[in-house]
Amino acid sequence: MRKILILFAHPKFEHSEANQAMIHAISGLENVEIRDLYELYPDFNISIQLEQEALFQADVVIWHHPIYWYSCPPLLKQWIDLVLEFGWAYGPGGVYLKGKYLLNAITSGGSDLAYSSEGRNQHPIGNFLLPFEQTAKLCLMKYLAPFHLSGTFKITDSELQIKANDYRDFILELRDSQVIDRPLRPKTSLS
Amino acid sequence: MNGFLANAVVYIIAAIICVPLAKRLGMGSVLGYLLAGILIGPYLLGFITNEGQGQDIMHATEFGVVMMLFLIGLELEPKNLWKIRDLIIRIGLSQVLVSAALVFIIAILIPIQWQTALAIALSMALSSTAIVLQSLKERNEMNSLLGKMSFGVLLMQDIAVIPILAVLPLLVVAVPELSADHADGMHGLIDSLPAWAQTLSIFAAIGAVILLGRYGFGPLLNFVAKTRLRELFTASALLIVVGISYLMELVGLSPALGAFLAGVILANSPYRHALESDLEPFKGLLLGLFFMAVGSTINFSLIYNEASTILTLTLGIILLKTSVLLVLGKIKNLQFSTNLKFAIGLSQVGEFSFVTYAFALQLGIFEQSLADTLMAVTALSMTISPILMLIFDKWIIPALSKNNESRDQKMDSFHEHNKVILIGFGHFGSTLGRFLRASGVEATILDSDPERIEYLRKMGFKVYFGDGTRSELLQSAGAEEASILISAIDNTEYSLKLVELCKQEFPHLEVMIRAKNRYDAFELMEKGVTNIYREHLDTSIKMGEDVLKKLGFRAHTVHRMAKQFHDYDEEALKVLVNYKNNRDEYISKNKQQIELQESLLSGELMRKFSVNDHTWDSDGIKEVEKSNEDER
Repeated sequence: MRKILILFAHPKFEHSEANQAMIHAISGLENVEIRDLYELYPDFNISIQLEQEALFQADVVIWHHPIYWYSCPPLLKQWIDLVLEFGWAYGPGGVYLKGKYLLNAITSGGSDLAYSSEGRNQHPIGNFLLPFEQTAKLCLMKYLAPFHLSGTFKITDSELQIKANDYRDFILELRDSQVIDRPLRPKTSLS
Repeated sequence: MNGFLANAVVYIIAAIICVPLAKRLGMGSVLGYLLAGILIGPYLLGFITNEGQGQDIMHATEFGVVMMLFLIGLELEPKNLWKIRDLIIRIGLSQVLVSAALVFIIAILIPIQWQTALAIALSMALSSTAIVLQSLKERNEMNSLLGKMSFGVLLMQDIAVIPILAVLPLLVVAVPELSADHADGMHGLIDSLPAWAQTLSIFAAIGAVILLGRYGFGPLLNFVAKTRLRELFTASALLIVVGISYLMELVGLSPALGAFLAGVILANSPYRHALESDLEPFKGLLLGLFFMAVGSTINFSLIYNEASTILTLTLGIILLKTSVLLVLGKIKNLQFSTNLKFAIGLSQVGEFSFVTYAFALQLGIFEQSLADTLMAVTALSMTISPILMLIFDKWIIPALSKNNESRDQKMDSFHEHNKVILIGFGHFGSTLGRFLRASGVEATILDSDPERIEYLRKMGFKVYFGDGTRSELLQSAGAEEASILISAIDNTEYSLKLVELCKQEFPHLEVMIRAKNRYDAFELMEKGVTNIYREHLDTSIKMGEDVLKKLGFRAHTVHRMAKQFHDYDEEALKVLVNYKNNRDEYISKNKQQIELQESLLSGELMRKFSVNDHTWDSDGIKEVEKSNEDER
């Protein structure tokens, strides 16, 4: 059984039905730790020590966040800046994350179509996640294709419930399956 | 057994034995007092030698009912009273009229002379305010629909007392030798006046109560509160209730009704909670005595001799009133189990009937034997109805309501139930209060400075007068329902008292305390308080931040350091509190303080706080990159 660490970053969680449904679906699962970053660090003063300890325990790390301006909310970027220290996460002696899995679980208002080369955003979602993928690579982690809940502006309650259950199944599979056979890379138009 | 002290001892001992016993058995205090009364009454232990003595006590302690209505008025803001007007008028009036009519018809059929029958019917239609409200309060049901309906009926009955007393003299059959000044207190000064003047003086009296409530009592209480003598405040509270009762008696109105009116007018006053907590014990004592007196007046020899008549009458009247109320409840769409509770709760004959019996006897409408029988029936019904209530509560209602959950719990409550109680509304408390309010959280605010309260009320804050270290005051400020209690007072001894009180009486409350400095914080920590807020800490660090910025430090770096320093200081406090007690006693407090400062500024603790913040620095990376290039 793998240990899953979910680093959840949403500055206005109380207003996000999609993320509430998702978090609700995966709460209380064995070996799944959810760290609600905006609740833990409202002043952006992230405890590097505590975060590194949590990372060290985990086998699979998930950055769970909404897509804002084609990236993550600022606290998650702050987390990356502060916690992934030189000499710990990368660089000489920075081997503590080696071999762990990493992926983004994201929500976006735009639909799958909007995130395609024909769509409004002109690129598939994978292109926008490239900085995260490269961060994983630098830290010697295995970067997996994202879990993407798209079109949250128009989603119905029942569709959302199905998606939230999918997320739960997905997390359970990451936790329990013998081999993780998810594509290592998200689809991008670049490579 | 004669003498005031001896009597007091007997009564109190009986109450101390019976009431807790009754409560232990789940019967509620009313029944306990009634049983205590029976126990010391003429037929068991004989401490009270005859029913007359019991009745005297009863008259003396009826005042408890007046106080109770004043207190209930305090909890009912005028706009809430307006909300339940429909209950009072429709349900209350129908109850009185229908019950009286039915009793009247039955009495006529017996047959009894119609005048006597009418007097009986009007007296029996009323229920016991004292018993019903006390039980409702004890079971915390005042705010439910059941409580409101019961209250509506009782209020209407209290209003009905006025016309009933007016009608009785018209029923006189044979003119008895009435002395001009009959002793009954219900008739006052204005009897000799012509009718129009009587009516006028009644309106004048009600007007006086409203005006006094609006403009008189506030300044009086304000003036007294400034003296900071608690007993004077209690005395003023008593003066208000006694004074109004006296005024009402003068014009022949029900004192209970007048007191209720005054209570409603004072419901918005800042002194509401203080009045409540001061009068509560008086009310409790008087009502207790009153119930005991009722118990002691039950004439068991009469009941024994005429067992079948009296039992039939008692059960008959209970059954009749219950059926009338059941129908009314049905019309109001009460759920069956709630309806039963409502009907049985109000099924007894009330204490007011003792007054009408005595009055009717005086007027010659009743004969002595009839009055005795009726009194026995009334006292018995007052004892039986709580027992019936208990049976229904314990066995029948659980069985009924198993399948359908009560849905009438959601009625809005009589008064505010805030989640937060804020004590002290000075500079600290008011800033806190404003912030909470801006975030949509209303707090119940207590302060003990009358001038400040007056000012804040003008500014639109609902601030109440009172000393938060008194448990009754916290109780009436809603400590049972609240979840957080904040002390924003700059007096640590006071806060410590408060913490102690909350630990004992309201352990569910999360206490959050303002502390002057770290020494006060230590004391609070030793009491187990975890939420401690040193008043200077944040401001002084904030100032330090600004100093560093003016010296040329980058704002964000300073901000991060300040936060780290703040956390370090809080952590250090937790370490230092352990050393505080180990110090030898001879070290003067002053020296102790200096040592404490030193250990804060240097040594092990300081090392934990790292001023070296490497985040976003690339120096380390540069060095490594450089050496890599050198190797190449």
